[in-house]
Amino acid sequence: MTDAVIATTPPTVATGGGDALYPIRHLLEALVAPMLALAVAASLFSVFLLALGQSPLDFVDLVWRGAFGSWFSWQNTLQRAAPLLLTALCVALPGQLGLVIIGGEAAVVLGGLAATLIALPVAGAGPFIVLPLMALAGSAMGGLWIGLTGWLRARLGVNETIASLVLAYIGMAIFNHLVEGPFRDPASLNKPSTYGIGDGNMLGAIPVLEVHPGIPVGIIVCIACWVLVFRSSAGFAGRVTGGNLRAARLQGLPVSALMIASCVLGGACAGLAGTIEVAAEYGRANASLAAGYGYTGILIAFLARFNPIAILPMAVLLGGLGAAGGLLQRRMGLPDATVQVLQGMIFVSILASETFYGRIRWFQPRGNG
Amino acid sequence: MDSLATVIVAMLAGSLRVSTPFLFVSLGECLTEKSGRINLGNEGALVLGAMVAYATSYETGSPWCGVLAAAFAGLLLGGLHGAICSMTRINDVAMGIAFMLAGTGIAFFFGKPYVQPSAPLLPGIPFGFWLESPRFANALMVSPLFILGVAAAFALHWFFRTTRMGLRIRIVGDSQDAALALGLPINRTRLLATGCGSALAGIGGAFLSLCYPGSWNEGLSSGQGLMAVALVVFARWNPINCVYASLLFGAAGALGPSLQTVGFTWGYYLFYAAPYVVTLVVLIITAKGGQSLRGMPGQLSIGR
Repeated sequence: MTDAVIATTPPTVATGGGDALYPIRHLLEALVAPMLALAVAASLFSVFLLALGQSPLDFVDLVWRGAFGSWFSWQNTLQRAAPLLLTALCVALPGQLGLVIIGGEAAVVLGGLAATLIALPVAGAGPFIVLPLMALAGSAMGGLWIGLTGWLRARLGVNETIASLVLAYIGMAIFNHLVEGPFRDPASLNKPSTYGIGDGNMLGAIPVLEVHPGIPVGIIVCIACWVLVFRSSAGFAGRVTGGNLRAARLQGLPVSALMIASCVLGGACAGLAGTIEVAAEYGRANASLAAGYGYTGILIAFLARFNPIAILPMAVLLGGLGAAGGLLQRRMGLPDATVQVLQGMIFVSILASETFYGRIRWFQPRGNG
Repeated sequence: MDSLATVIVAMLAGSLRVSTPFLFVSLGECLTEKSGRINLGNEGALVLGAMVAYATSYETGSPWCGVLAAAFAGLLLGGLHGAICSMTRINDVAMGIAFMLAGTGIAFFFGKPYVQPSAPLLPGIPFGFWLESPRFANALMVSPLFILGVAAAFALHWFFRTTRMGLRIRIVGDSQDAALALGLPINRTRLLATGCGSALAGIGGAFLSLCYPGSWNEGLSSGQGLMAVALVVFARWNPINCVYASLLFGAAGALGPSLQTVGFTWGYYLFYAAPYVVTLVVLIITAKGGQSLRGMPGQLSIGR
């Protein structure tokens, strides 16, 4: 009776011998369950809106226009989706090994801070030297921070969910201390910030399309992570560990090293997200970095069932919901927490849909040939 | 010398105030975890409780009605968590995060109109009436909810030790096989424990909005509902220990502000992190190489 095991996608090699259609039905099951859950969440939210005397159709219309209606709103959506692609990986990569890491927010802000601090002394050297250095420092810092959680889990047996959360609060405190104390730019009065990295070192939008530069980076990293998880032996070892820890140990897999490595990689992704936010949006490290991307990333990773490719559409969906928030507020008079209510309903119903897997006989392997 | 006394008095007063929400949420989390489930959604119950308490107190004019309403709101949210987690293959940790998001979202949504108006607050009990100095007297102004919380801790301890229901909860939490063999209703027991646990968390939220700081806004909680999970580990799933642990966390949380009262402002944020550092150290000390902790309910998913 292990009712609290995270359901990851079972390895597709383990199909029943005589059942050629099983892989297709298995894929169908993995598509039907989340769609059903989204439909349930949508109808719950519609009831919620109707009870408040608002029209769900107006809501959908506004979300559509605010998130995907024009190229301008697409840009707004993609700008929000860019950091989410990377912060979701911070949950999804350790998630493949059965670890629930919820402290990505600290990796984002500390990564952004480390990237800013390394850029300050070399700001005159030009963007081709500064930007790679920033990416290196940011991802190293993020990797270190989440890697620490992985190390605590693998070597000392500290629960990774609580440890990552506690470390997130500690990381935020260190960030606030450094930004408001030793590294503060005295000119930043209302919003304590570090010194700027210089306009010449900023990462511009993609030419012609005017898209946030984090988008191509995020897509490339997501695809690379998919290859790592599903097409490499290290990824397979990680998925075995996530599926059955004891079996992985018996096979002699380096379970501890895999756990730490997945956390370091995930943290590096989150740190990179912070770096790109600094380099493309703010030009300096301040409280704007703590915009909750780390927490929305948790939701996206679970929606994508820890599959790095599935993160792409889910991040765009959630980024779009966030982008439409302002329009909802202006046109329907709904508070900005409306999007959070909807997110909560989606999250609950998606997680509840886990119970659906394996229940319907039609989707299961047949015969035992 | 005088400044040292000021710091100590400020810390004492601060720790009594800061510890109360910790106390209620950790008691609720303790009750839930004794039944073998973990509910990170208590953070949502805390924030929702704070909003509901404030709104009810404003609408009815009675802060005690607000406390009751907060407990009821927590009961509903926790009950839903318990019901969904009764289904197979549901991860209670992840579901808790979802309920944290949903609970705070609902609280912010309906709480928007209540940020401005001021509701009647719960008056404190002046235990320091015999003192000359108003500063010391003010420090001994204890909220009735703190006393209620300590009483609840002792009641819960007695409940686990001596009552039939308490024993059932412990069996369900320690060994699902034993509970099955005895024919105990596992899911119903856990549903009840989760619901009542979140009701306690809701009362903790009522303290935030009706006693200290005594207002409703979106930044009211600093994650007390989540910290409670670590606090319960620290207290080794013993309700009486939850009181001491809450006081310790409260004192650590009051350290920064009390140093500020004497003009010592360096490292304000670092002192703010003190309770979290305490939590981390406790987690590391108690972990011991992946073995389950002494006193930990056997069916808890964080122990496996």
